Amino acid sequence: MSKRKTERLLGLVVCLLSTSRYLSADQIRQAVPGYPEQDELFKRMFERDKEDLRDLGVPLETGLNHPFDDDPGYRIRQQAYELPELRLEADEAAVLGLAARVWQRAELAGAAAGALMKLRAAGMDAADEQSARQAIEPRLGTPEPAFGPLWEAVRDRRPVTFSYRAAGRSEPQRRELEPWGVVNRHGRWYVAGRDRGRDATRVFRLGRIAGPVKFCGPPGSVTVPDGVEVRELVRDWDSAPAREHPAVLRVRSGTGVGLRQHAVSVRADDTGTPGWDLVTTRFADVGSFADYAASFGPDVVVLDPPDLREAVIARLKGVLA
Amino acid sequence: MSAVTSTERLQRLLALVPYVVSRKVVGLAETAADFGVSERELVDDLNLLWCVELRAPDPYCPIDLSYEGGEIMVSQAESMGRPLRLAVDEASALLVALRMLAELPGLEDRSAMSRLIAKLEAAAGEAASASAQVAVQVDLQGDGTDGLAAQIGAAIAAGRRVHLRYYVPGRDEATERDVDPMRLLVVEGRPYLEGWCLRAEGMRLFRLDRVLALTVLDQASAPPPEATPVDVDQGLFRPSPDDVHVELELSATGRWVAEYYPCESVSELPDGRLRIVLRTPDTGWVRRLALRLGEDGRVIAPPDLVAEVRDAATAALANYVV
Repeated sequence: MSKRKTERLLGLVVCLLSTSRYLSADQIRQAVPGYPEQDELFKRMFERDKEDLRDLGVPLETGLNHPFDDDPGYRIRQQAYELPELRLEADEAAVLGLAARVWQRAELAGAAAGALMKLRAAGMDAADEQSARQAIEPRLGTPEPAFGPLWEAVRDRRPVTFSYRAAGRSEPQRRELEPWGVVNRHGRWYVAGRDRGRDATRVFRLGRIAGPVKFCGPPGSVTVPDGVEVRELVRDWDSAPAREHPAVLRVRSGTGVGLRQHAVSVRADDTGTPGWDLVTTRFADVGSFADYAASFGPDVVVLDPPDLREAVIARLKGVLA
Repeated sequence: MSAVTSTERLQRLLALVPYVVSRKVVGLAETAADFGVSERELVDDLNLLWCVELRAPDPYCPIDLSYEGGEIMVSQAESMGRPLRLAVDEASALLVALRMLAELPGLEDRSAMSRLIAKLEAAAGEAASASAQVAVQVDLQGDGTDGLAAQIGAAIAAGRRVHLRYYVPGRDEATERDVDPMRLLVVEGRPYLEGWCLRAEGMRLFRLDRVLALTVLDQASAPPPEATPVDVDQGLFRPSPDDVHVELELSATGRWVAEYYPCESVSELPDGRLRIVLRTPDTGWVRRLALRLGEDGRVIAPPDLVAEVRDAATAALANYVV
């Protein structure tokens, strides 16, 4: 951290806030201490300073005082700079504290802390904000390294490329995406948008992105089509199909608790050895239901349908292979 | 001094002046605590603000302040009397979290929530509209857990004990227990009840999607003094020295396992295969996982778990020999 730079930037903000006319770069150099004499050096430093202020969200305006002026000048309009009047009641501040803590250990923790600092500066009492009833504590994590760049890409409407390892594929593939939104569903992050290579709408899971996410176009170059509901896209992509196929299982008495939860009927099996129940249930997909049935080991036997029965036998043989 | 950048410090300085102005007079210690800095750092900040000088057209110092006797006062703030408006990321972080909170069942104060969202949207202006376009949204897991969460919220508010019928998948077992509920946690999109379990005589977390039944009892909730909530920011599940290290080898089809369960280590093998190490206090669920994976996942260690999985598979196959 450079104290001189902080002082210079602060001087620049105060200087531009206190003027209603646009100030030329030269007038700024006269007014704000800390800029070098040499023109080239000054130019470079001033450019960087302007960029830093814009990154902070300072609304730096460029314009001409007179149509015949040669060079543009700069100013910060007080009204554009200031946070509007914001009075928070104690209960509102409490909820705000809760909301800021949601990101505690995640990508947006810094942004949430920055917002709190400004709201405290506007008069919010920090004691109110920490007083939230501790009865509920939600947290969002962003362990996926792709979250940061994709959030920026969606915010700034920029296309990105990344390599993606689709489920069950061994080799990652290069994708080029116009991202429309980032969604968290069931604790996992997804990005949805137009896949340029496939010219179609696609949803990607951030945890399956391998390596860096790179921008491949300027800000503002992505248009989100009207009526797109990113949340719906992800829900459709992720949702479980309906359970429509019937299955009959033998389940050892006192076991298969999770399985019995969804049973259509359960009755004691009086045909074979005692200690077993006949459970009729419904399932959506042979593969995933076979996984589930196999996980109960010797406590569950599939009687019907035959393809489900074969699939379970294959899993179990796979264990011994 | 901590490693803050020049722009981070500038943000703090820009907030400091309106912070004092809105309070008229405020103590050094309280201010330092609110900004998360030491009093020494705060005094450095105040000196820096006081020294700001503009040289043209006429030299003057725009900010005048004092901090005598440990009390800060700003007598002249020029145009810096109000904080900078919220940046897009700042407005988004709060609004996204608030919209998620608004959807949570079990949250009592909905009126404060909607008033706050409206005020923030108004104050953030354009930055807020960008956050709506950003469309970061959160869906919570667990159909049918809404009613449960509301019941738990009410039990906590009323200070009542609850009775749970709770499913433990690792042992494929439904357990009955009385719990003094303390908090509702939502971590990684999954709701949990945190409370003092009278059966285990310890703090326990219960996933709401595994609660088979819940009754609010007439007894008052009375967690003992040693019942302290977990620090959610340190992670819900902490490794214990008694944990078993389980090593698994996954095929390309079985890679999802590494996404689902927190792994101690993950290493790539040829053909998209993975070798992972998990730590767990209870290997029951790993045995069930291995049976489900079939040839897509193989337990490599520890040896007794390898044998257990093979025995279970052999016994299960015997059921199919008619």
